Amino acid sequence: MSQNSVPTVVLGVIGADVHAIGNQILEHALEEAGIEPVNIGVMSSQQEFVEAAVETGADAIWVSSLYGHGEMDCRGLRDKCVEAGISDILLYVGGNLVIGKCSWEGVKELFLNMGYDRAYPPGTRPQDAIDDLRQDLVEQRESKDVVCSLD
Amino acid sequence: MSSALLIDIGSTYTKVACFDLERAELLARSQACTTVREDVNLGLQQALENIPGWQQADYRLACSSAAGGLKIAAIGLVPGLTAEAARRAALGAGSRVVKTCSYELTEADIAELEDLAADIILLAGGTDGGNQEIILHNARLLADSKIEDPILVAGNRSAADRVAELLDKGKKEFYLTENVMPELEKLNIEPARERIREIFLERIVKARGLDRVTELIDEVVMPTPAAVLRAAEILARGTSEKEGWGELMVVDIGGATTDVHSAAAGTPTRSGVSQRGLEEPFLKRTVEGDLGIRYCASDLFQAVKPNRWQQLYQSFYEKDLELQQLEDYVNKICQQTEYLPVSQEETELENMLGREAVRLATSRHAGSLRTIYTPRGASFIQEGKDLTGIKKVIGTGGIVVHNKNPELVLAGVLQENQLEEEKLTPLAPDFYLDDDYLLAAAGLLAEVEADAALRILQKYLKEIDQGEKN
Repeated sequence: MSQNSVPTVVLGVIGADVHAIGNQILEHALEEAGIEPVNIGVMSSQQEFVEAAVETGADAIWVSSLYGHGEMDCRGLRDKCVEAGISDILLYVGGNLVIGKCSWEGVKELFLNMGYDRAYPPGTRPQDAIDDLRQDLVEQRESKDVVCSLD
Repeated sequence: MSSALLIDIGSTYTKVACFDLERAELLARSQACTTVREDVNLGLQQALENIPGWQQADYRLACSSAAGGLKIAAIGLVPGLTAEAARRAALGAGSRVVKTCSYELTEADIAELEDLAADIILLAGGTDGGNQEIILHNARLLADSKIEDPILVAGNRSAADRVAELLDKGKKEFYLTENVMPELEKLNIEPARERIREIFLERIVKARGLDRVTELIDEVVMPTPAAVLRAAEILARGTSEKEGWGELMVVDIGGATTDVHSAAAGTPTRSGVSQRGLEEPFLKRTVEGDLGIRYCASDLFQAVKPNRWQQLYQSFYEKDLELQQLEDYVNKICQQTEYLPVSQEETELENMLGREAVRLATSRHAGSLRTIYTPRGASFIQEGKDLTGIKKVIGTGGIVVHNKNPELVLAGVLQENQLEEEKLTPLAPDFYLDDDYLLAAAGLLAEVEADAALRILQKYLKEIDQGEKN
């Protein structure tokens, strides 16, 4: 993870999805909030998310999926992170994750079970996710401190 | 009359060319065997004997690839990112990349690096502000190793101080420069390239005894491949005085490697294509160590499927190829690397080997297009350079220079001759030949007299008649 004080977030749109606008808004919102965005753009593969996170020492990966194939595209990302040595990176996912009539609670659970730390429904304000990120990073640091003091 | 004496001290021959700069005229050229093991000046002196009045030349510059050339081991983090960026910096500086490492170095890697005795170890890893862990780990291992090669650090800026501290403690000779990939997929290889060249001049030229040439001439200024790349650059871009040829490629088919240079942006030529992956440098050089037509002819023979050789032979010469015949010939030239084809059949076999070396080398150099079917229809992703629009391809190396039909060999660059679809190699370029081996000389000259260098290139590179080209 990045050793400097500014958190880094890799963000992009996964799969064959070409919806660019929301992702650009997220990038601006992160920048405004003093977080370093690494935007890998649309039509990004899991591999590209992981490689970008490894090389930039990112604290979190934010995956967007808006075309309804989210479940298929997002599955296995956590495993790849574990494999690449960044197992404790925060994974957030958001967008129109599935098509069809499903309750949001069900969808959320599906993605949390796939190893994502947070999942967001359509209409979420960027600020909400940014607030969550700050909180998660603080918690992560505290839990690491606990581990260190136990050593 | 102002004149320039330009010397290429190669691994086998020391080649000298003398130019009249005002008229852009080749006055004389000569060559002798390179004698870098005893005293480089012996061979140089011998070559100079055939150049009348060489002492009066205004510039007397040399480039060199003698004694193994410039060998670099490149270390990065992710294979397709900083490790690849480090490789590109090394290749762009005119070196041979003897090893590329990614992620954490292992004890085995260190042992191999100790054995390799590279001239420079290029240590990259992490974007600026990004991953520090790996480059620090790698620096620690290098510091503790027996490696004596100079280490050029071109990785995460935030880790540079600590990397320097570690290497300093390990008593290593090291240099710091800018990150080869400061931001994700942003390539920044110029500073590293410059630094490599400086290290080459300060340290390696001396270590090889090449600095002794100063008894006869001014100095060795760069590795030969860097001079060729410089020639490609000036020929493409032109100078403030004279327009260049525009984007182009240079293909050099040698005994041990096939080198491909492109001076081209390589951005998509079609609409609706998005580009992926690490940024491409305008000046790109790739070296294929398995595609030479002497030392590694057997690798080349193996790299191509048997029926492909047969089809190719049929389409070239309208007769059947006995595969055994080709294999026997390949074995022969691998062992007798000085051997030149004598009979008509041998020439035919040579042409096929050259053609496939060119095809494979350019297909690896150029990018490719992938089609992705999305819910909104087909979408295209380009990885690497789009070179389909290249109008000029310059060939060099014995196989094309001493050939009645060099276009047969060079046609390996054409997209229609690639085996994989959507390889972005040139569609319909004109072919040129560097039959006086002037590219390196002109690249050297470009350092001091860019206009003259450009005029010489445009004058002496000869267009090849391609017959019924459409």
